[in-house]
Amino acid sequence: MTALRRQPTRRWVELMLLVFAWGLGVLGTLQVGAATGEGTPSRLWITVAVVGGLALLMHVAVSIWARYADPILLPVATLLTILGLIMIYRIDVATARRAELNDSPLPTPDVYAQLTWFAIAVILFIALLVLLPDHRRLQRYTYTFGLIGLVLLVLPLAPVIGTTVNGATLWVRVAGFSFQPAEMAKIFLTIFFAGYLVVTRDSLALVRTKVLGIDLPRLKDLGPILIAWLVSLGVLVFERDLGTSLLFFGLFVSMLYIATQRRSWLFIGGVLFLAGAYAAYQLFSHVQSRVTIWLDPFAYSDAGGYQIVQSLYGLANGGMLGAGLGQGFPNLVPFANTDFIFSALGEELGVTGLFAILMLYALLVERGFRTAVTVRDGFGQLLAAGLSITFALQVFVIVGGVTGLIPLTGLTTPFLSYGGSSLIANWIIVALLLRMSDRARRPEVPVIAMDEAATQVVRL
Amino acid sequence: MTGMPRQIRRLSLVFGFLLIALLVNLTLIQVVNANDYRDRPGNQRILLAEYDRERGPILVGANPVARSVETGNTLTYLREYDSGALYAPVTGFYSLVYGATGLERTENRILNGKSDIFAVDRIEQLVSGRQPTGGAVTTTINAAAQRAAYKGLRGKNGAVVAIEPATGRILASVQSPSFDPNLLSSHNPSEIREYYARLEADPDKPLLNRPLVSLNPPGSTFKLVTAAAALTSGRFTPDSILPGPRSYDLPLSDKKLRNWTGKECGPDGKVTLREALAISCNTAFAWLGNQLGADALRTQAEAFGFDTGFEVPLRAATSRFPANPDDPQTALSAIGQFDVRATALQMAMVAAAIGNGGRTMNPYLVQEVRGPDLSILQTTEPRAFADALQPSEALALTDMMVDVVEKGTGSNARISGVRVAGKTGTAQTGNDLPSVAWFVSFAPASAPEVAVAVVVEDAGLAEVSGNGLAAPIARAVMQAVLRTG
Repeated sequence: MTALRRQPTRRWVELMLLVFAWGLGVLGTLQVGAATGEGTPSRLWITVAVVGGLALLMHVAVSIWARYADPILLPVATLLTILGLIMIYRIDVATARRAELNDSPLPTPDVYAQLTWFAIAVILFIALLVLLPDHRRLQRYTYTFGLIGLVLLVLPLAPVIGTTVNGATLWVRVAGFSFQPAEMAKIFLTIFFAGYLVVTRDSLALVRTKVLGIDLPRLKDLGPILIAWLVSLGVLVFERDLGTSLLFFGLFVSMLYIATQRRSWLFIGGVLFLAGAYAAYQLFSHVQSRVTIWLDPFAYSDAGGYQIVQSLYGLANGGMLGAGLGQGFPNLVPFANTDFIFSALGEELGVTGLFAILMLYALLVERGFRTAVTVRDGFGQLLAAGLSITFALQVFVIVGGVTGLIPLTGLTTPFLSYGGSSLIANWIIVALLLRMSDRARRPEVPVIAMDEAATQVVRL
Repeated sequence: MTGMPRQIRRLSLVFGFLLIALLVNLTLIQVVNANDYRDRPGNQRILLAEYDRERGPILVGANPVARSVETGNTLTYLREYDSGALYAPVTGFYSLVYGATGLERTENRILNGKSDIFAVDRIEQLVSGRQPTGGAVTTTINAAAQRAAYKGLRGKNGAVVAIEPATGRILASVQSPSFDPNLLSSHNPSEIREYYARLEADPDKPLLNRPLVSLNPPGSTFKLVTAAAALTSGRFTPDSILPGPRSYDLPLSDKKLRNWTGKECGPDGKVTLREALAISCNTAFAWLGNQLGADALRTQAEAFGFDTGFEVPLRAATSRFPANPDDPQTALSAIGQFDVRATALQMAMVAAAIGNGGRTMNPYLVQEVRGPDLSILQTTEPRAFADALQPSEALALTDMMVDVVEKGTGSNARISGVRVAGKTGTAQTGNDLPSVAWFVSFAPASAPEVAVAVVVEDAGLAEVSGNGLAAPIARAVMQAVLRTG
């Protein structure tokens, strides 16, 4: 009973873990400086200080506006962001060296831009905690969010602002700024899926027939999954964005399964996925070439397989313990600080470091799922589970891709990859998860009127 | 609402399974199969990493002929070869683009400090965090002999190998034309590619390691092997009388083999084995070949090292005696024609074995391996390969070879005050093809310090070219060794 009165907030755990994450960042920065012989320029010290300040700011905001929130989520996401910043800086150093060697003009370092994006992400993170005291408010705008999500998804196809980079149309360029709307779309669409499924799940869960031990839904209830499937195929065909397409369909099917508790949806989703994948393979050369390269990257090591081959060489060079920060050659892999930042980390931190990073993601997803399990409303459960699933799927698709486990698709690595859209979107997801876990763990009854209420609660 | 957490847990099991797939796959790439990826030819990383640490020198005597110098660039160390093209067939090159060749390749793990013999150092490095530095490789090369051979071959296409008969140490290994390993080991990929393309396009093949891998018909120098087979057969002595007509009717065919002089080899077409070798009588040796038979010739050749691939540790081409020659082919083989092929290394080994009392030694190029602190970690011990001749037979054959130089075709190899044993040779590589001139020799005849084989390609057609072109080079190399010896 007194335990209820003193519901622990665990904010000090969060603070300690944040200090630890920041400390690792300081050590990493020092090591890159020492190993590359660059030392630590004052501008970098300012970066380290700013990162510490931003982390502290988030901690304070959480303490004020979400004080019962999960204490692990924020430090884990912060540590991943810091690891990303270190690696982006390290690749900046390598790129500058190469430019120096070739007498070409020095490129602008990316680490300071990424720091700016992080600052913006922190502002939005705090704004969300302040402006959204209760996640259930989002449910009111289910269809609005759905529409926004869909628009964002097709935005790269719009004339003038849509931009094709490296064969995939997933960028939008407005007034000199470019961003990947799919990153924001995944948040809006997850909210939409949660709001939509929490309402319709009862009818979607109805069983019509049982075939081979599998409960099959009514034919007319197949509508939503077919629409999701077609939209995913549309993304694949028109934007050539394999990763986003996979992410959305996987997300929808998983949430459908959670909402309806019917395994048949997983089965139907699997069949649709295989059919779509097969058709896409037969019809589209860009899908075919991805698969061919995946099957034998070394046969195309001078052409389409170059990236993946270089990525594998980098990982192999890292071995068990890694070359050490600043001592590998991560910039031999094209797009080392975006798509292939995971290989870059693998080269310098080894399989040991990558296991640790994957464990951080696993921890993030686990805390998200825990939030989903403990939050009291159905919408919140679906939303928390859905947002965690986006992390899990996205990490699997990109890490599996750069390590040759599955065909390569161009997704960002959450928190690690250089790029504003991705960093901001993922931090907003963290804010939403924190908001929900705060609601889930917050004592429902005011503390002053506790005694009687507590006995009642216990009797339940 | 009670149902949903269960589905979430089940789904988290699925994601747990995917996570395990990622972890297993990463372990396969980074731990289990990592070495396969590292060794793939297109992987620049390993080489780049090696440019990051100081690579040990390759030494001739006490002088580095390949060494790493600090640059202050991304690629911290640059490989330099102070003598340019001179030692290229020994050191090879160490290229960002084309990998490594020569000792740079075979001794790589010594030079980069990764060999297990540095295990003690490595533990210390692990503790101190110091970058490993490579060990030094001391070659068996004699700088004076190498220079003399290089100078002698200037302007010609050919190769020289000199060996210390008692040990098998390779004292000189020279090719002409050669290449400048500095230009292939620079840090400028486009410059490297340009130079390499030029070398590849050169019809004289400067990248070919002529002393170790160029196979040529040994011509009359192979008569040493035939003479050795005759002596070991017990049926012949240096004074045995052989038929030496103007031309020899090849058995089973209507072809005739002529002497290079176009004359009989002695009065009445009779000649002793000793005289036949001295004047390089083709008909006598062809007859001898048929008397001994192909198997005896092959056994003798193999005792000198034919049909064996030597790694010195550079891989030498395998010199060959034909597998199943018929009688006319055997007659031609006995004078080093038909399908007999030998490297300069092989012919130097023949001379060295005769000078060494009949014992063929395994040739080697690496004398010592030293640690970064120059302490000796490994020394190569001489190893016998085979006994090709009894000591008495070797002595008799040596005498015959001295006659070649003092009275016969090898006059240009004479060194005043020193008894030199030698044998000339000229071989056609095919009808209307340019011929190659050979000279093999050793000195001093009684206790040889050096055996040498010289081969000059495109030498013109006369038998004298062995004496005219190759013998002076052999003499210069022998003199260089005797002077420094």
